Amino acid sequence: MKGGWFRGYTIAYLIFLYAPIVLLPIFAFNNATTIAFPLNGFTTTWFGKLWEDPALHKALKNSLIIGCSAAVISTLLGIFASRASSRYAFPFKTPLMGLIMLPLVMPDIILAVALLTVLLGIGMPLSLFTVILGHVLVCTPFSIAILSAAFQSLDQSLEEAAYDLGETPVSAFRLVILPLVLPGIISSLLITFTISLDEFIMAFFLAGNENTLPVYIFGQFRFPQNVPVILALGTILVCLSIALLATAEYFRRRGIAKTGGKDTGGFL
Amino acid sequence: MQSKPKVRFRGSEAANGLLMISPTAIYAILLLAAPLAMILAYSFMTDGYLKIIPHFQLCNYVGECHSYKDVNGVMTATQDYLGVWSDPRAKSLMLRSLMISMVVTAVTVLLAFPVAYFVSFYVAPSKKSLWLFLITIPFWTSYLIRVFLWKVILGTGGPINFGLLELGLIQEPITWLLYNVNSVVITLAHAYAPFAILPIFVSLEKIDRSFLEAGRDLGESPFMTFWRVTLPLAMPGVISSVLIVFIPTIGDYVTPSLVGGPEGKMVANLVELNYKKLDNYPLGSALAVSSMALVMAVSLLFLFMNRRFLRGNKR
Repeated sequence: MKGGWFRGYTIAYLIFLYAPIVLLPIFAFNNATTIAFPLNGFTTTWFGKLWEDPALHKALKNSLIIGCSAAVISTLLGIFASRASSRYAFPFKTPLMGLIMLPLVMPDIILAVALLTVLLGIGMPLSLFTVILGHVLVCTPFSIAILSAAFQSLDQSLEEAAYDLGETPVSAFRLVILPLVLPGIISSLLITFTISLDEFIMAFFLAGNENTLPVYIFGQFRFPQNVPVILALGTILVCLSIALLATAEYFRRRGIAKTGGKDTGGFL
Repeated sequence: MQSKPKVRFRGSEAANGLLMISPTAIYAILLLAAPLAMILAYSFMTDGYLKIIPHFQLCNYVGECHSYKDVNGVMTATQDYLGVWSDPRAKSLMLRSLMISMVVTAVTVLLAFPVAYFVSFYVAPSKKSLWLFLITIPFWTSYLIRVFLWKVILGTGGPINFGLLELGLIQEPITWLLYNVNSVVITLAHAYAPFAILPIFVSLEKIDRSFLEAGRDLGESPFMTFWRVTLPLAMPGVISSVLIVFIPTIGDYVTPSLVGGPEGKMVANLVELNYKKLDNYPLGSALAVSSMALVMAVSLLFLFMNRRFLRGNKR
């Protein structure tokens, strides 16, 4: 076996990474209100209770609205930025891209309080819209990371051929470039939606009286008797995220294969 | 870009590029650069209960400040508070957050390196993206619930204590795992794992494998080849891992709130308190600015210490 010691270590590391995700369904199906071993038998009660809570349904609806809007807007902004940075040389490119990618390393709480300060300063009431503004800020760098790979592997001569054949820049983009980067765009939409669905801090500060799913979950942690229901919800969310990510990964790889690029792996 | 700008395109390349990036750039300037500038400005202003009095002062950082309140049209001083660096509690919280961030960064990057090394050097090229996908999945799944489950794992009824009790290795549950700095470090090391692995992986992938063969041919042991060839070439990746883990962890809110207990609180908890409960934006801003300044100072020092690894890619 190649790399014996490293392989063993990496598998141990993966167990560490997956430990919480493996425990999640175990407790979600456990017939006890306290989240502890030993287990007490199988139940689907907690999943049933998910249908009975109107506050949860409202939070889910809010999260879906925010997630879809943030995914579309941040992917559009991501297309502009990654197209500009991979295709053109222009002044202030490094500082501008640096600023756009900054939320990737900035603590979310700093971004959230900064945005909150400005929004209250200009007198904008907190609502789902202000959460969308925040989520777009957080999601755009991820969109750019995914789309840059797609745009960079584009062969520029394809575009030039389209111009030579009489296409305008807009029609060349639509007919030649868009089909090639479409898998990257779909991947970006799915990933940014997943990020927005899971984002807590921005929503915690910017949602005002509204709840999103993570804000609702955080609130429920204060009531120990509600925790099993939250773990049932978490099990569903984790399955949903994995499905979305697997689809995104499929499209990301197809996009790279389509443009003839080499897969360097990973979203970042 | 290799090719020169073509004359047949309308406008110059620079104009096209700026036009193309403008929607994203304007968004970032209005909703990122301006807000950050604004909290910097707020941190020098006076707290007027739900509004900001544009009166320049340094007391949010050092010294004693007054909060004001509008009483029948007259701004009246209501409350005194200490600036961030004069309040021993705020100061120790910031230094503790910095310490926790540094420990988390060291633990995360050291644990991550062998994983990145394995995937880059031992996994078949066609399987690499599958391994990376497996590594990144937990990172994208409900952060809040993952942190909560660490609370369960490390708690008295969790699998660790249960297992050790069943095996008879301990008589009473271990309590030092949860609600202190340990649990914060473990949980954050888990949360930021992919952020540490991916940059190191990318820099390992770039290493020309013939350098390693040359090292061996010249009689170096495998360990010395690693120490003198692989590690220096991987350093740019290690440095980005360190920064990408270190900078965001200092501002983490969820982990210290759920698993930190009173000993494990971090600066984000105090920022939240000032913004949401006390409505003291100037003090909250001064805290945010101070902790970022602290992180930047340490990051720059770290970059300076490692400057020889970043100087050009000639060799």
